[in-house]
Amino acid sequence: MEINFYLILALLLFSIGVIGVLTRRNAIVVFMCIELMLNSVNLVFVTFSSFLGNLNGQIFVFFIMTVAAAEAAVGLAIIIALYRNKSTINLDEINILKW
Amino acid sequence: MVKYFYLIAVLPLIGFLINGLFGTKIKNEKVSGIIGSLTVLGSFIITILAYLEITSLPEEARSITIPLFNWITSGTLNISAAYLMDPLSITMCLIITGVGFLIHVYAIGYMHGDKGFARFFAFLNLFIFAMLNLVLGDNMLLMFLGWEGVGLCSYLLIGFFYQKKFAGDAANKAFWVNRIGDFGFMLAMFFIFMNFGTLNFQGIITAIPGSVIPVSMFTIITLLLFLGATGKSAQIPLFIWLPDAMAGPTPVSALIHAATMVTAGVYMIGRTSLLFAMAPITMEVVMIIGCLTAFMAATIAVAQNDIKKILAYSTVSQLGFMFMAMGAGAFSTGIFHVTTHAFFKALMFLGAGAVIHGMHDEQDVTKMGGLKNKMKITFFTFLMGGIAISGIPPFSGFFSKDEILSKLFFGGHYAVFGIAVLTAFMTAFYVFRLISLTFYGKPRYDEAHVHPHESPAWMTVPLIILAVLSVVGGFIGIPHIIGTNLIEHWLAPVFGQALAILPEHHIVASTEIGLIVFSVLVAVIAILVSIKMFSKGEKLDAFSGGFYNLLRDKYRVDELYDKIFISPLRWLTEVFYKILDVKIIDGAVNGTAKFFNNLSLDWRRIQTGVIQDYALFSVAGILAIILYVLLR
Repeated sequence: MEINFYLILALLLFSIGVIGVLTRRNAIVVFMCIELMLNSVNLVFVTFSSFLGNLNGQIFVFFIMTVAAAEAAVGLAIIIALYRNKSTINLDEINILKW
Repeated sequence: MVKYFYLIAVLPLIGFLINGLFGTKIKNEKVSGIIGSLTVLGSFIITILAYLEITSLPEEARSITIPLFNWITSGTLNISAAYLMDPLSITMCLIITGVGFLIHVYAIGYMHGDKGFARFFAFLNLFIFAMLNLVLGDNMLLMFLGWEGVGLCSYLLIGFFYQKKFAGDAANKAFWVNRIGDFGFMLAMFFIFMNFGTLNFQGIITAIPGSVIPVSMFTIITLLLFLGATGKSAQIPLFIWLPDAMAGPTPVSALIHAATMVTAGVYMIGRTSLLFAMAPITMEVVMIIGCLTAFMAATIAVAQNDIKKILAYSTVSQLGFMFMAMGAGAFSTGIFHVTTHAFFKALMFLGAGAVIHGMHDEQDVTKMGGLKNKMKITFFTFLMGGIAISGIPPFSGFFSKDEILSKLFFGGHYAVFGIAVLTAFMTAFYVFRLISLTFYGKPRYDEAHVHPHESPAWMTVPLIILAVLSVVGGFIGIPHIIGTNLIEHWLAPVFGQALAILPEHHIVASTEIGLIVFSVLVAVIAILVSIKMFSKGEKLDAFSGGFYNLLRDKYRVDELYDKIFISPLRWLTEVFYKILDVKIIDGAVNGTAKFFNNLSLDWRRIQTGVIQDYALFSVAGILAIILYVLLR
């Protein structure tokens, strides 16, 4: 069934995103990986929407893209603020949230 | 009219609330004292109305229940707050409110200038309220409420001078010793409810005839009740608190520790007389304990020097007489002695208070002497009380004491009778030792500094009234050979059922006359010997030697109890404290805290602060859930 190709692609993209979030040290790259995960989910939405002939999925994708755009602006702002304070965006060195 | 009789108990409560809540605002001690006295006087008047009301009824109907409200309802236990008015409770109410009123008036004079004046009257009124609940309650629980209430007031009033350590100690002692008795009372209540299914006195009485409850059960219940009575009425083995209770102000000693509260045990036996009549063994125990207590306390009283201590042991001894009467099945005689004793012992305590007042707080009779001319009214009234307690006709004590002796004799209790006569001899002896040392002879106090004076009218008028009552009060119970015994006739409806069970004893008129002559002779000899020994004031102790020291040290009962009960208990407490409390309980609590503290010290390392670690845990968790869902 051809739907599986789409879903497997989405799964691969999502997994790449997860691994990137967990392993990369650069905050910008981690951020991009999060976007990748979001878009893989979008891909699943679109796939099912097309496959089931239901437009709800398409609408959701628009919403997600809108929110993701806003979130990207906020996220980048945070990273810039972080860099101004700590002169680094290396996540290993940003570890004050602990005992 | 009947529906207002509950005011008998409520009026003193109102007095308590006024003096208790606004006492510090009133400031004027006359106002406080008069409020306190008037509420009791009001109760007394209503009690007289109740008496008139009940005498207008036919004899078998002389029992009115005044329901107030439903108190406790739980399963089959149904207890209403209701007052029972019958000849017995009215007799007690007349004593409590009548003598109580006189003592209130006396206290206005006696407590003059005390900082806690309003507090004192508040407590006295609360006491009257509790005592009236004790005697009026129509079920055991309401009686127990009063029973505990008078215990509380006794505690509060013994410790009235709480700044002095010995007063606080005496109050604690009274409270704790009474707790032992209360424990017996409570167990008896549980047994009664178990067997009869009710705590209502009338319910119990109607349940007894034809019941299949074994005699042993009656014996257990009544012995437990009697344990309660020994605590409240200061009998062996729990009498030790009463002499110490003299640390309270003298009106308290007169009201609570002579006239009313300590007779609660006698009243309780009278109220549950049917239960006691069903248990012959308990009756024997009551009589023997009463006899031993009377004898022992009288011997101690011979060797005491503190005027209030002598009277305290005298009270214990007279209470023993009452229990002898109860144990011999002479219930109305016991109540009769309660009545006369309330008159003459309250009188003697108040007289002693007047002496102490006049002597500037001197209580040692060996440091008095010659007060006869300085305090004429006190002397004369005290003498009346002394003659009454010694049993000289026609004073009140003669009739009641002689009736007890004759009931013992005709009941066939010759040994008890013998000891009782000996006790009566000692009673007359120590009372006249007290009178001789206090009022006769030459002054043994420092005349330059102490100027004894007569007390104000607030104090002397109650003394005079009580003296009159002590003289004539006995005529309500004259012997059968002379006329009708009014009090026996009056109380007959209450004790009729119990007396029907007990064996009847025939009274032989000629023997009774012989007994009367004998007991009067005994009293007269005792008085003469006593006066001859002590009225010169040269000889202060009856005799000397080791036995005398033992008597003066009160048989060292306190020390004995300390060795047998208190020290082992202290040791046990120490053990429990050091092992159970510190090691086990504190150990468990602190150990739990320490365990989790140590655990968290290790586990907090998980919080690395690196956001990706948290994300890793989160992903691992999600994966675990997915695996679980897939493999399920």
